Amino acid sequence: MIAELGHFFLVLALGMAVIQALFPMIGAARRDGRMMALGPPAAYGQFIFTVGAFLALTYSYLQSDFSVAVVAHNSHSLKPLIYKISGVWGNHEGSLLLWVMFLALFGAMVAHFGRNLPKSLQARVLSIQALVGIGFFLFMLITSNPFDRLPNVPFDGNGLNPLLQDPGLAFHPPFLYLGYVGLSVAFSFAIAALIEGKVDPAWARWVRPWTLLAWVFLTIGIVLGSWWAYYELGWGGWWAWDPVENASFMPWLVATALLHSAIVVEKRDTLKSWTILLAIIAFSFSLLGTFIVRSGVLTSVHAFATDPERGLFILMFLALVIGGSFLLFALRSDRLQAGGLFAPASRESGLVINNLFLSVAAAVVLYGTLHPLLSDAILGIKSSVGAPFFNLVFGLLMIPLVITMGFGVHLQWKRARLKAVIGKLKMVTLLSLLAALMVLYVTYGGGIMPVVWMGLGVWLLLSMLQELANRIKLFQVPLKNSFERLLRQPRSSWGMSLGHLGFAIGLIGIVATSYWSLEQQKVMPVGDSMTIGEFTLTLDDVVAVAGPNYTAVRGAITVTDKNGNHYMAYPESRTYVASPMTTTEGAVRTTLSGDLFIVIGEMQGSDRWGMRVYYKPMQVWLWIGATVMVLGGFISLSDRRYRIGSPEGKKTAQKNKGKQAHAV
Amino acid sequence: MRKKRRLYLMLTSIAVLGLAVLLVLSALEDSIRLFYDPTEIVEKGIKPGQDFRLGGLVATDSLERHEIKGAMVNKFTVTDGNETVDVTYEGLLPDLFREGQGVVAEGSMNSAGVFVATEVLAKHDENYMPKEVIDSLKKRGEWQRDKSAKTKAGAS
Repeated sequence: MIAELGHFFLVLALGMAVIQALFPMIGAARRDGRMMALGPPAAYGQFIFTVGAFLALTYSYLQSDFSVAVVAHNSHSLKPLIYKISGVWGNHEGSLLLWVMFLALFGAMVAHFGRNLPKSLQARVLSIQALVGIGFFLFMLITSNPFDRLPNVPFDGNGLNPLLQDPGLAFHPPFLYLGYVGLSVAFSFAIAALIEGKVDPAWARWVRPWTLLAWVFLTIGIVLGSWWAYYELGWGGWWAWDPVENASFMPWLVATALLHSAIVVEKRDTLKSWTILLAIIAFSFSLLGTFIVRSGVLTSVHAFATDPERGLFILMFLALVIGGSFLLFALRSDRLQAGGLFAPASRESGLVINNLFLSVAAAVVLYGTLHPLLSDAILGIKSSVGAPFFNLVFGLLMIPLVITMGFGVHLQWKRARLKAVIGKLKMVTLLSLLAALMVLYVTYGGGIMPVVWMGLGVWLLLSMLQELANRIKLFQVPLKNSFERLLRQPRSSWGMSLGHLGFAIGLIGIVATSYWSLEQQKVMPVGDSMTIGEFTLTLDDVVAVAGPNYTAVRGAITVTDKNGNHYMAYPESRTYVASPMTTTEGAVRTTLSGDLFIVIGEMQGSDRWGMRVYYKPMQVWLWIGATVMVLGGFISLSDRRYRIGSPEGKKTAQKNKGKQAHAV
Repeated sequence: MRKKRRLYLMLTSIAVLGLAVLLVLSALEDSIRLFYDPTEIVEKGIKPGQDFRLGGLVATDSLERHEIKGAMVNKFTVTDGNETVDVTYEGLLPDLFREGQGVVAEGSMNSAGVFVATEVLAKHDENYMPKEVIDSLKKRGEWQRDKSAKTKAGAS
C-alpha cells in the first residue's frame, strides 16, 4: 500500500513539474504575471510530493518490505538501521529518486529565496529546473520504478554489499548528489539568461552563491568517497582515477572554474558568454557523472545490449539537454556584450588562465575516462587507461595552475604591476626554495618531481598567507590594528583565503603521500615481528570476535617506534553473514607526520596470518586541507552580500554596476 | 584593443590545448592496458614481457598458497571456459578474490607461459564480476543469465 502511494506521489510530482515547466515560461514570454506566479507553488508542490515518494521508499526499507523489488535486492532484515536508510539510495532506482528529490529541493529554494529576483528571470529559471525534473521523473516511471513489486515475495533480502556498510559511504552519495544537482541551478540561470539575452553583474551575483553551494557539497561528497576508499578498502589508496571517481571530479573542476569566472562577471562585467558556457558544461558533466555511476552505461557499451531501454533513454536525455543548451548558446550568445577591458597582467587575466587550465584538465580527464569506451565501440579493442596517464598529464597541467594561483591573488583588477608582485613575493619564493632544497637533501636520489612539487606547495601556502598578511597590513601598522583589520575582513574574503589555503595544505599532503608512501607485506605466526620505516610491529595474538551481522578475526599488535614509544593496534578481517564476503578493517594511527595503516589478511596455513602494512606520510594533511576548503566555502556563503536575492545584495549590485568594488 | 585581447586569448588557449593534446598522446601510449581473456592470449600469441590486463574466472580448487621467505606467493588458474592460463601473484590477495568468481589482474607473461601478476584489482561491484569478464564469458558461451539476476549499479 505504502509503495503504491509512493508511486502515486511520483506521478503527482511529475504533474507538478509539467505545470512548473509550462506556465512560468509562457507567462514570462507574454509578460503575464498570473501565469508566472504559478511557478513557486508548483515548485513547492513538486518538492512535497517527491519527499512523499522518498519517505514511502524509506518506509519500505525500514519495514523490510521484501515485496518491493529494490528492497529485496538491496536490503536485509538483519542490517543495522543506518544502513537500511542509506540502502534507500545505494542502488540505481533509489539513487535516482534521491537525485530528483534534491532537484525539487533546489527548485523550491529558488522559489523561496528568489522572491526578489526579477519576475521573468525567476519564472524562466523555475521552468528550466522543472524541465530537467520531467526528464528524470519520466526516466524513473518508464524504466526504473523504485516501487515495482515482486510477484514472489522472498523470505529475506539479498543484503547490501558489506563494503558499502560504512558511515563514510552512507553519506557520500547524498552530498555528491547535492553537488551535482546544485549545479542545475547555475545551469537554469544560464539558460534563462540566454533566453532573456541579458547577463549583468547582478546575474552573476545571484548565480555565485548557488554555484558555491554546489561546489561545497561536491567537495564534501568527493572527499567522503576518497576517505571511504582509503579506510574501508584497506589498500592505502585514496584516489585511483577510475571512471566513477573521474565522474565526480570533472564537474568539480568545471564548477571551480565557474566559481572564478562568475567573479569576473560580477566585478568587471566581462567573460559573460564563457561563464554561461561553463555553467552549461558543469551541469552536463553532472548528468554524465550520474549516469556513469548509476547505470553503468558509460563504463561499458554492452550495458546498452543488456538494458537497451534505459540506455536509449539516457542517450536521448543527454543529447536533448546538452545538445539543446549548446544550440541555444550558439544562437543567443552574441547578444551578450562584453564590458570592462583588462590588461594582460591583471586579476582578470589570472582568472582567465585559471579557467583555461581547469577546463583543459577537465577535458583531459574526460578523454582518459572515455577512451576505453571509444576504443571498444569503434575498434572493438578492450583496454583501460591507467593512473600513470592521469598522474602525468593532470600533474603537469596543475603546475602552471598553482603558479597562477600564487601570483593571481596578489594582482589588482584591470591593470597590475607584475614586477611589484614578484618583488613582494621575494621572501616567500626564497623560503620555498629553501624548503625544496631541504626536501632534495632528505630524499636525495628520489627523483626531481617530488622536490618541485613540495617547493610549489610550500610556495603557494606562503603566498596565500602573505596575501592575508598584506590585507591586514601585518607589521605595517601596530599589531593591535592588524588584529582589528583581521576581524573586520568580510566573510567572502575569509572564504577566499581559506579556500586557497586549504588547497595548498591538501596539495602538500597529496605530494607527500603520493611520492613517499611505504608498503610491507609479510606472513607472520603469533610472536613474529616486522619493521616498516621507523616502526616495529609484533603480532601478539589473534582472536575471533562476533559483530551484529558479521564474524571477525582480530589481531593484537604492538607497534614500537624508534624512540621506544609503543601502542596497541587491533586490525580486523570481517566476514559477513548475509553475503559470503570479507572486508578488512585496518588499524590506522594518524599523526600530522603520517598514518601507520595495518591490515590483517587471511589465515595462511594453520597458524600464520598475512599482514599488510602501509606508512602514508602526511596523509591527514589532505583531509585537513579539504576540510579547510569546505569551511571557507560555508563562511563565504554566510556573507550577507551573497544572500540569495537579498534586496541589499541587489541594491549594491546595481550601485556597483558603473564603478567597480575593490574587495573580492 | 578588444580584438587584440581576444587574439591573445585565442592564441594562449590554442597553445595550451595543443600542448595538452601532445602530452595526452605521448602519455597514453605508455599507460593503455589492453584487456585479454585466456582464449585471446592463446590465439594472439602474446609476447612475454608485454603488459596487459587478464580477466576471467578463477578456476575452482586451483588456488595454492606458498610462503617463500615470509612472502606470500599465490598460484591460481584463470579460465574463460575455453582456455586456461596459470597465474602467479606475490602478495596478499584482495578481499573480493574468490575461487569460481571473476578476476582482473595486471601483469605480463613470462617465458614459461605463466602470467606474472603485478596487481590483482581490488575494486569491482557487488556482483563480484568485472564487466570485461562478463563480456568475455558471454562471448565464450559460458555466461548464464540467471547467474546474475540483473546487473545492479556498482559500488560508487
